[in-house]
Amino acid sequence: MKSSSSTLRIIQFQFQDALSSRWLLVHTLIYLLIAEGLLMSSGFTDKALVSLVNVVLLLVPLVALLFGVIHQYTNRDYTIWMLTQPLKRPNLFSGLYLGLTVPMVLSFSVGITLPFLWHGGLAAGQAVQLITLLGLGAALTFSGVGVAASLAIRFADRVRGIGLALVIWLVYALLFDGLILMGISVFGNWPIEKALIGAMLLNPIDLSRLILLQTFDAAAMLGYTGAVFSRFFGSGMGMIIASVTLLLWVAFPVWLASRLFRKQDF
Amino acid sequence: MLARRTHITLCSLLLMIIAWVPAHVHGQSIGERVAASSPGDIVTIEAGVYTEAPIIIQHPLTLIGETGAIIRGAGDHELLVVDADSVTIQGFQFERVDKTFLEDRAALRIAGASHCRILDNTFDDVFFGIYMAKAHACAIEGNTLSTTIENETSGGNAIHSWYSTDLFIQNNTIDGFRDGIYLEFTDDSVVQNNVSTENHRYGLHFMFSDRCAYRNNRFVDNRAGVAVMYADGILMHDNEFTRAWGTSAYGLLLKEIRDGELIGNRFSENTTAVFMEATDRMQIEHNQFANNGWALRIMANAIDNTFTANDFVGNTFDVATNSRSAPSSFAGNYWDRYAGYDLDADGVGDVPFRPVTLFSLIAERHESALFLYRSVLVDVLNAAERIMPAMTPVDLVDAEPLMAPTIDPDQGTPISQTVLR
Amino acid sequence: MHLMQPIQITDLHKSFGPVDVLNGVDLTFHPAETTAIVGPNGAGKTTLIKCILGLTHPDRGDIDVLGQSIDQGVTYRDQIGYMPQHAHFPENLSGRQMMSMIRALRAASDDGDTDIDHSLIRTLQLEADLDKPFRVLSGGTRQKISALLAFMVRPAILILDEPTAGLDPVSSAALKDHIMERRDEGASVVLTSHVLADLEELADRVVFLLDGRIRFDGALDDLRSMTGEHRLERAIATLLEGEAA
Repeated sequence: MKSSSSTLRIIQFQFQDALSSRWLLVHTLIYLLIAEGLLMSSGFTDKALVSLVNVVLLLVPLVALLFGVIHQYTNRDYTIWMLTQPLKRPNLFSGLYLGLTVPMVLSFSVGITLPFLWHGGLAAGQAVQLITLLGLGAALTFSGVGVAASLAIRFADRVRGIGLALVIWLVYALLFDGLILMGISVFGNWPIEKALIGAMLLNPIDLSRLILLQTFDAAAMLGYTGAVFSRFFGSGMGMIIASVTLLLWVAFPVWLASRLFRKQDF
Repeated sequence: MLARRTHITLCSLLLMIIAWVPAHVHGQSIGERVAASSPGDIVTIEAGVYTEAPIIIQHPLTLIGETGAIIRGAGDHELLVVDADSVTIQGFQFERVDKTFLEDRAALRIAGASHCRILDNTFDDVFFGIYMAKAHACAIEGNTLSTTIENETSGGNAIHSWYSTDLFIQNNTIDGFRDGIYLEFTDDSVVQNNVSTENHRYGLHFMFSDRCAYRNNRFVDNRAGVAVMYADGILMHDNEFTRAWGTSAYGLLLKEIRDGELIGNRFSENTTAVFMEATDRMQIEHNQFANNGWALRIMANAIDNTFTANDFVGNTFDVATNSRSAPSSFAGNYWDRYAGYDLDADGVGDVPFRPVTLFSLIAERHESALFLYRSVLVDVLNAAERIMPAMTPVDLVDAEPLMAPTIDPDQGTPISQTVLR
Repeated sequence: MHLMQPIQITDLHKSFGPVDVLNGVDLTFHPAETTAIVGPNGAGKTTLIKCILGLTHPDRGDIDVLGQSIDQGVTYRDQIGYMPQHAHFPENLSGRQMMSMIRALRAASDDGDTDIDHSLIRTLQLEADLDKPFRVLSGGTRQKISALLAFMVRPAILILDEPTAGLDPVSSAALKDHIMERRDEGASVVLTSHVLADLEELADRVVFLLDGRIRFDGALDDLRSMTGEHRLERAIATLLEGEAA
């Protein structure tokens, strides 16, 4: 049997499992309720869209990391059973990884998009913003589940794995920015804008936030800082660098997890 | 239809003039015609391109340009000088006055005259447009002024006034100068219904000019909308300040001014909507601040200003200040960030609102902190500061924040308030 | 030494950190033979099985399955039916879907259940539960489906880890009958169990592991005569005492 088709077979069965699962429904509903709540109360104002962006940037990585790691611990016995089947490990890994992430991304997209549609958001010219939001949500999911998979494979102790997933989320969602703020207050008198752009590339959540700022809320970028920001993110080259970096943020954890999965003694 | 009729009327008028004026007048320069006229005459100039030495008017006169009457300079001199009272200049197109750093070379200069009227002229490719020095009770109406300059230092002002009083400047359209309208030591003047766009410095610039009023003007895409400096008793009503965007760009810059009114204006998409420095006892009401970077930046030396019934919507920062106290008062404004409740349903929130966030304070100190805008960390810091203010001014609160905006965000018209305090 | 033995293990070593779990194991499993691997906890039974299944990578040594080294690809697992101690399958899939998956993964045609499948389903009394999602099934039923999935492709090798754990007596007896049937048809069966009665009933041969080494390898009857104990439990206890002495 060809390896790519065995990957597809696994994805197919994972989809069947996910589609009738309760967690996927809950996952969809959470995003649906958040988007609906914000759009219903504020309409297509910048306020609602920006709040939605904030929620997505906060929640998506948390869900990807935490749910990703829990899901893999829960299914560890099944994974081991699958490993005893005539399957190459990389194929099995791709199958299980995509079988989890793709339903998550689709469910997230449906949850966010439906309220957009029935509130007439695409007519209101929000298609670009929506697609950017969905794309970044997908990237953060792929990245987060990649990190979660690495943790779950590397650490057999699930308390440790889940704890580390939370710590990683805290670091990237909060502590990283705290360090940046400290850096700014220490070196604020130097022209550090370019260094800051570099630093932002080191954190996929910050990177996503800045890409979204460019489409949603560029008004926030003021003065000299704003000029540096716009020159970078507003230029084709800057967007390419940002996108490629974000792709690396997906590729590296997935590569790491895949490698760990290949080497691991189960 | 209307245009056609106007055209026919103008043509017949032209025929009448050609029939009546002596034949030798044809081919004369405007200067010769003006010199030949008597005080109080009405001199009408036919269509044509007039290239001649500066025209100097030294007695009361009404000089009317037919459609297509163009006064074109060689670049190195001014075009027309009004050196007498009660002169009316109407309907001309002024072209080509080159820039110079030696003098304020203008297309049309009013020198120490009063009761002159500059109506419905067009100015194109000029250094200064209309230049008034020691003018009194002049009306500048319905003119269109446009030019193209590279930067602030290479341009002049469209309508410029120095040591004048009682000017009336209205319905002019201005585009692309250094300052759209510049008033220095010009008191008791009115500026209204003008549109001033894409100027490289200010749409409107007041210096040392007291008791002036400007209303219903539109200032769009200027480097800065309006600067009012060293002036008392200025009334600023119902103007629109839009897209003054860039490093140190202001919708309205107030510096060293006192006892004025800022009422019913709309500020949108400016980097800083209103910047106040040493500005005292201003009454700031019913303005709308929407989608600006900073809605208000108030320096510590601005005191006793009152902010009432303004709407703050979609701004990055509502109020920034370098002051630790609150020398101005806020009451009854609408803040879209306000997350309080209104249990007694009187339209006024039951808990006070603090418009100065910790992050705005940090960004005031280190601009590059803006990179963290909308970061979760910033939300956490702001929330913590709101609960236990440690750095933000404790007294700078709106104790009566409105639950709903007072101005329709789309129309810019006041929303009738069922609940009035 | 026969090249085409179902499983041939040569000088197998595996350590986890400082602990040598397998310390030079040589072992051959034959066709039509049920081998019970016994030993105390930590003796290396599970690791040995995991090495055969490719779950764990040995440090040293060779494992050949049907004459082919397991390093040469995953196709050897086509010939292995594995029943884990704890069967866990996706909560929302059914036994029927898992059967379909097994066929898909082994490139077998999915033309519905074969006669063998039918007889197995009947033997294990799974007719009523095969189309229900796993989340509603009891542990015993899951175990039976796990057995079904291991047996359905009629592999040359069966590796059964505590196969009767959690089964009711009737199902347990049926499963054991089926294991013996397969053995008689030529399958090589590798078995671990804490239920020594099961081993006595099923095993032709006993391999006793201790500290990563084989301490006894022979027919059950040989073990009995060597230790002078008829009961397997006592025979093993005697072996352990002998080691301790």
